[in-house]
Amino acid sequence: MSRIQTTFEKLKQHGRKALIPFITAGDPNPEITVPLMHALTEAGADIIEVGVPFSDPMADGPTIQRASERALRHGVALHDVLDMVEKFRTTDAHTPIVLMGYGNPVETMGWETFAARCAQAGVDGVLTVDFPPEESHEAFGHLHRHGVDPIFLLAPTTDDDRIAQVARLARGYVYYVSLKGVTGAGHLDLSAVEQKIPHLREYVGLPIGVGFGIRDADAARAVSRLCDGVVVGSRIVQEIENSGEDSVILNVAKVVRELRHAIDHA
Amino acid sequence: MAYNYPDSTGHFGPYGGIYVAETLMGALEELRLAYEHYSADPVFQAEFAHELRHYVGRPSPVYHARHWSQRLKGAQIYLKREDLNHTGAHKVNNTVGQALLAKRMGKPRVIAETGAGQHGVATATVAARYGMECVVYMGAEDVKRQAMNVYRMKLLGATVVPVESGSKTLKDALNEAMRDWVTNIENTFYIIGTVAGPHPYPMMVRDFNSVVGKECVVQMPELAGRQPDAVIACVGGGSNAMGIFHSYIGVQGVQLIGVEAAGSGIASGHHAAALTAGRPGVLHGNRTYLLQDGNGQIIETHSISAGLDYPGVGPEHAWLKDSGRAQYVAVEDAEALQAFHDLCHYEGIIPALESSHALAYAAKIAPTMTPDQILLVNLSGRGDKDMATVARVSGIEL
Repeated sequence: MSRIQTTFEKLKQHGRKALIPFITAGDPNPEITVPLMHALTEAGADIIEVGVPFSDPMADGPTIQRASERALRHGVALHDVLDMVEKFRTTDAHTPIVLMGYGNPVETMGWETFAARCAQAGVDGVLTVDFPPEESHEAFGHLHRHGVDPIFLLAPTTDDDRIAQVARLARGYVYYVSLKGVTGAGHLDLSAVEQKIPHLREYVGLPIGVGFGIRDADAARAVSRLCDGVVVGSRIVQEIENSGEDSVILNVAKVVRELRHAIDHA
Repeated sequence: MAYNYPDSTGHFGPYGGIYVAETLMGALEELRLAYEHYSADPVFQAEFAHELRHYVGRPSPVYHARHWSQRLKGAQIYLKREDLNHTGAHKVNNTVGQALLAKRMGKPRVIAETGAGQHGVATATVAARYGMECVVYMGAEDVKRQAMNVYRMKLLGATVVPVESGSKTLKDALNEAMRDWVTNIENTFYIIGTVAGPHPYPMMVRDFNSVVGKECVVQMPELAGRQPDAVIACVGGGSNAMGIFHSYIGVQGVQLIGVEAAGSGIASGHHAAALTAGRPGVLHGNRTYLLQDGNGQIIETHSISAGLDYPGVGPEHAWLKDSGRAQYVAVEDAEALQAFHDLCHYEGIIPALESSHALAYAAKIAPTMTPDQILLVNLSGRGDKDMATVARVSGIEL
């Protein structure tokens, strides 16, 4: 069983929901990322989404774009991100790691090399935001061969045919985008999510995580009641941005503990 | 030669496609279906043709640059006068088309990205014409450099949003416009200004601009007695080039030459020549040639002409390059400036700096040809907008 599967199974047995924080690798500097990942798990994260910095993050809002820019100023490249995960794995064999980013850095490395490196470093899933299923056949072949799960987005505007298509291809979990917009936007419509999730479950057997627009503990609590996992990105990245480099880990851990508490007391 | 690209999924060989987040897939499918329907609708096409004739001022003439050709002592140079269009460039052909489509789709709000401001002005113009709300995204750096066009857009009723992210130029404006679109999908139509972006944009923008080449195919035999030996156009994203190339792709014996911006020289690294010096990758919704570093990060571009200052290029150009049907070359800032001045002097026409790249390449090869040979250059825009830039590099204070 994959690490992602095991994690969701265990959570289910205990009647809990997954907390999935997102950070950008190398933000605010490359040295902090691995300790920060450990701090996230200690504070209650079940899965970590690690953003691969990209110069043109079209689907992200300004907060995550600035995180990318901070990381890129340190020259953080895809191979560095893989190294970070490998280092994290030397002391954490259990927490699933999902890389989230855009296709072009992977294209440059080559999908086969990338998939092999993911497997070697201990990456469990890959979400390439700008590679929809239609354009991803080659990429999946490589990920599959190396036992890395392709993670997919579903949106409020995704029609039933596409939901079915994603359901066939996805492994690990499916990431439902809870609003129309980019990451970090502030207009989460809970009743729309509440209506949509049961509909998605008619097609999707995998756990469903919900993200985009979850700004605080209250939203996390409310969303966690509706799905299997809560993805929190911009709120955490914002905390990184607003913290001095020596207080990043402390401050982010505090936010994650609050989210954990909220989700566990939903 | 049968040329039938893109395929049904928007691919030109290995290029093009739809590389966007799931959040945009629905909107692109809606657009694809609407365009498929209206591009085959004679009523829509008749309205488009009517607007091009009466609002844009088409057909634009082809002009024999006799004096300049004589000076160059070689091939005869003919100019397709897109500079004479309303708003001063080919860009308006596309914005009229997309705005008419937006109207049919019931979208009261249009958005656009712009670099130098030409596409922004062309979009603001049609938004005013058809009574639509208009928001234009423009890199904060470009807002500073192109104050006149910002004012133009405002006069036309558009809201101009300076984009502070990334390199604060065209590519960042495009990112920001995509973000607006994904957030306001119900009521908003995104008018992309070049033959890039996810399918169906490269095809649709080409189709709306292809009126340029269609007219040339008729005009050249009338004026010159035959089709040209080569068609030359500048390539940033590549919309004016696709516009004039498209009708000629199937015409044997006509060479197609795209001219990119070599800035201060390809070797200097300060240029915008994606086809000449880039390699394939994925950006802004399509697979194409890109200027990128060894880690797949998009790099900043440099050109004296803001309209060519883009790190990618339309996917159809990538395909025409690989298939060998078109050749792509690059011309430096200084060469483009020389051609700019020469056309002013010898023909009384002030060309846009973008178009000056195509002119410069024509001036380069004309002397190697015989006087009975013909070069057709797409004079894609007029140079009024470039007065401040040209004066500055000439050391003149206006």
